[in-house]
Amino acid sequence: MSEIVDILVSVSFWAAALRIASPLILGTLGELVCERAGVLNLGIEGIMTAGAMAGWMAVYQGADLWTGVAVAAVIGMILGLIHGVFTVPLGLSQHVTGLGLTLLATSLSYFTYRMILPDVPSPPRIEAFQPYAVPYLSYLPIIGPAVFEQTPLTYFALVAIVAVAFVLYKTPLGLAVRSVGENPAAAEAQGIDVYVIRIGAVMVGSGLMAVGGAFLTMSAFNAFFFEMVAGRGWICIALVVFASWRPGKALLGAFLFGAFDAFQVRLQQVVGGDIPYQIFLMLPYVLSILALIVMSRRAAYPKALMIPYRKGDR
Amino acid sequence: MNESVNREPEDLVLRLRGITKRFGDLVANDAIDLDLARGEILALLGENGAGKTTLMNILFGHYVADAGEAHVADAAGALTPLRSGSPNTSLLAGIGMVHQHFTLAENLSALDNITLGTDSLFRPWQRQRSARHKLATLMDRSGMQVDLDAAVVTLSVGERQRIEILKALFRDARILILDEPTAVLTPQESESLFATLRRLASDGLSVVFISHKLAEVLAISDRVMVLRGGRVVANTPTAGTDGPRLAEIMVGRPIPPTVRQPMAPGEIVLDLAEVHVPGEHNRLALTDTNLQVRRHEIIGIAGVSGNGQAALSNLICGLATHDHGRFELFGRAAIVGSPARMISAGIGRIPEDRLHDGIVGSMTVWENLLLEDYNQAQFATARFMRRGAARANARQVIDAFDVRCPGPEAPTRLLSGGNIQKLILGRVLSRQPDLILANQPTRGLDIGAVTYVHQLLLAARGDGAGIILISEDLDELLTVSDRIAVFYRGRLSPTMATEDVTIRRLGLMMAGQSVEGAAANAA
Amino acid sequence: MRLEPRNDVPVYLTILAPAGAVVLALALTAIPLLWADVPVAQAYALIFEGALGSRFALTETLARATPLIFTGLAAAVAFRARLWNIGAEGQLYAGALAAVALGSGAFVAPAAVMVPMIVIVGAVAGALLMLIPTLLKLRLGVDEVVTTLLLNFVVLLFVSMMIEGPMKDPMGMGWPQTAPMIDQATLPKLIDRTRVHAGLILAVVAAVVVWVLVNRTTWGFEMRAVGANPAAARFAGMPVARVMLRVGLISGALAGLAGVGEVAGLKGYLTLDLSPGFGYSGIVVAMLAQLNALAVVVSALFVAVVFVGADFMSRSIGVSNYLANLIVATSLLTMLAASLATRYRLRLR
Repeated sequence: MSEIVDILVSVSFWAAALRIASPLILGTLGELVCERAGVLNLGIEGIMTAGAMAGWMAVYQGADLWTGVAVAAVIGMILGLIHGVFTVPLGLSQHVTGLGLTLLATSLSYFTYRMILPDVPSPPRIEAFQPYAVPYLSYLPIIGPAVFEQTPLTYFALVAIVAVAFVLYKTPLGLAVRSVGENPAAAEAQGIDVYVIRIGAVMVGSGLMAVGGAFLTMSAFNAFFFEMVAGRGWICIALVVFASWRPGKALLGAFLFGAFDAFQVRLQQVVGGDIPYQIFLMLPYVLSILALIVMSRRAAYPKALMIPYRKGDR
Repeated sequence: MNESVNREPEDLVLRLRGITKRFGDLVANDAIDLDLARGEILALLGENGAGKTTLMNILFGHYVADAGEAHVADAAGALTPLRSGSPNTSLLAGIGMVHQHFTLAENLSALDNITLGTDSLFRPWQRQRSARHKLATLMDRSGMQVDLDAAVVTLSVGERQRIEILKALFRDARILILDEPTAVLTPQESESLFATLRRLASDGLSVVFISHKLAEVLAISDRVMVLRGGRVVANTPTAGTDGPRLAEIMVGRPIPPTVRQPMAPGEIVLDLAEVHVPGEHNRLALTDTNLQVRRHEIIGIAGVSGNGQAALSNLICGLATHDHGRFELFGRAAIVGSPARMISAGIGRIPEDRLHDGIVGSMTVWENLLLEDYNQAQFATARFMRRGAARANARQVIDAFDVRCPGPEAPTRLLSGGNIQKLILGRVLSRQPDLILANQPTRGLDIGAVTYVHQLLLAARGDGAGIILISEDLDELLTVSDRIAVFYRGRLSPTMATEDVTIRRLGLMMAGQSVEGAAANAA
Repeated sequence: MRLEPRNDVPVYLTILAPAGAVVLALALTAIPLLWADVPVAQAYALIFEGALGSRFALTETLARATPLIFTGLAAAVAFRARLWNIGAEGQLYAGALAAVALGSGAFVAPAAVMVPMIVIVGAVAGALLMLIPTLLKLRLGVDEVVTTLLLNFVVLLFVSMMIEGPMKDPMGMGWPQTAPMIDQATLPKLIDRTRVHAGLILAVVAAVVVWVLVNRTTWGFEMRAVGANPAAARFAGMPVARVMLRVGLISGALAGLAGVGEVAGLKGYLTLDLSPGFGYSGIVVAMLAQLNALAVVVSALFVAVVFVGADFMSRSIGVSNYLANLIVATSLLTMLAASLATRYRLRLR
């Protein structure tokens, strides 16, 4: 019991929680933007993989870190464009398109990586983002070192939450996005181009997802491993439901998840001997399923989610 | 009867010449000419499928015409060409439209719905304060009031329609198109709408009012244009015509009136006593409902949509359960909550939304005809379907019920609305049910199909069925039913003999204002 | 130029669409090959040779197609009813685990008893696993896409736990693998000195059974109606929940059989790399077959050709065998786009 308290009191625990949460924050936010516009993006797992590989590879080839992040974002947006074209004007199944995109993006990432770096004994490394202590704010007790001594991409994630919330609720563009996800016929009758808004939202969301993937190779770790996304994309989809499609709750959900993950890692170190490590690794996935179960009862879906819109369908 | 009145171009706000639109082989609009003056209320009359909505959809930019040209008056009054292909262009040209099915995002507020699309998407903030100010002025001038911050899902149909009109006014519409606006209103609410429209028209707004109801057209419009088969067959000031003449032009051929022979009702097939059906938000969808249906009898149910019809329909279709009261079929307690049980109890059900609940569009005609019966011995042995028997059955029904389709193997989505309804009726009536629930069975059908459906229902009544007919069309109820009851706020009035009822009285009861209504409310 | 819904689908199009999709996929995949300075024609020729160029190659392709037929059927059955079962990978491993638990020495009986037993046990294991997400969807409205996906990870970890723990092969020299299946529980080889095994016969039989079920029985009628329009199916009195449950169980069972085949016919014991993504490839197989059970056999063969051939090509000219995944994934997207051609007609003006 005292071990648990020890873990919860340590600053490194909370810092780890936020660090682990960062790719989830970006992934959940990206998926949230897509779904608010009415498009389920099951390509998230593949887009995060592609972002991880592309960003890392750009830096490995000599670019600086932020250029790498930009590369990852652009790759994400291109993949989002493919998804958008398939599901919006062509009206094809959002489920199958997303799964196909995940398969495509993943295999493309692995193939590219292997072709550029065939048979290396251990994965090469880059100079990843280093923690940056925000002046003054990092001197605050406890939350200072926990929140304000993170890597720049974590700050990016936090800023992204605020930016998306602002755009979504306070700007005409955000109103357009929300209306397109609630009733595209209503939006069209008010002169809004449903196709453009939906595709745009999917592209922006996919860009965010890709940066979330890049976090793994450029901030959390500094190399690219196969299977490193390890289902985080799917977890983000569960977290969007848990967040009721609201950015603030998305941050909360991702953070809780990160905290849980950080907790079980530390718990494993303390208690771990008798319990197989696989049990600990299972917990995040089981927790996501539980989160879905809890929230599904009161799901406040965007009303037009997953319903393709045919222009002039009268 | 095609008088085009010469009007000065300065007075015109809209001029259409030669508008043509085809969908595949179907010519929906055939070289249509139309002039609309400032402050004029034009009624666009025609039966379902005549092309009225298509024409207005072209004007509003949902469709692009295949031929023809349109001119709209700009803010200064000069006619300028309109090359619309998007609602945005039409909105900027001063054209607003209230669609038949409201285009409102239910989870957003009224203000959000109205201001949607009015600010540039590049603007980083919404101009809410000036919007509220402008809307306050508009609401005063037009006499329509709405709570701007309420979520649309909480508002009534009448309020939602007001939001739709305010949407157009907010965007400085000079031409307002209303597509079948009274379909969802009580007669009294319709009066209120007409008063608003007259007020707006006298302020300079031009109105195009699409309807298939003669009485309204005569009541509200300055001028009537009749479409039939996509063509203009009449264009005349309203003062110079009357109902029978318009009806004849509208339909183009004599329609024998539907005659209901009086019949002595037989034994009771359905008995509801003090039935409560729970609804959402801890309210009752049906309160204290009493209804008896006998053989050889059609009971018409009137009421504004949302006042209990859905609950009654769901209860009898087996989709809902009651938690109080007696529900008996043929003298025995009904097993509720199971559509399969209702079907096997001998109830024929015609759903309100034929595409959503009635058929599986991607399956063939013969498969849809078996949707309720596929497990019966004649169509399946040991779980293997007997396709030969199924196809033979389909051919029989197609013949008997005049279902126009390429054949039993055709995918059902290809059929027109009227033929889908005939298919559903064929499916239901060929089992010779003892009780039929028909929910809006003629909605959206052309006159020929409407008459045919009425004949089928009356024939079933003659064969001994008891029928519940739920309809928004009061004329239909008065024609076909023996007795009529009215829903208001989940309560059903006692049934009245049709001979004792007028439209006016029905309208009052639908709005909850009458002796019976007040008594039912106070109970 | 306009798209118009088709009234019917001409037969030639049902073949042309997937064929065209495949050709387009191969053309698109040539792009990254060109970028990597790989001789495209040679690479594709090697794929062809590696999968079909010799008697042995053919048997390898058939062996690889066996699990793909099962997972393809699993996806086709589920997707037809709009039940998005993405958990075939986990259900495969569940089936394999159950088969190994029973068939690696727990008890001994003649082959005529053991083989049907492990087949049934494996199918049941896959079905039970799929029961969880299906019930969650039916009772609580939880979307099955994410639950089936997440369960894959859980199952794989569970298998890893079993393989490194109670089911570890005591004579395996420490490698994480289970004890091998006993002879009586092994699916016999169809051709000596090859890897193609009786599971292939089982798979083809399963395809025929599924086709008959979906297209000729009342169960299949219900499944198709529920998948196409659940509201109308419910209105018509169909037991929608029970139908979905049936679909989930059948789908899971089929995926479980894929695992049984691999572990009792191909490999003989269970390791963590038993499946290089057969569950996910099954989705591609099903889509290429346009959810038709008989066509699944053909599209499974195609996907098997790509994978077996790519392995061979990869060994010959050093191109990463992830090319196979790339071809298959691209085929899924091109097939999806090609399905438009079967639903719409292009009208030129």
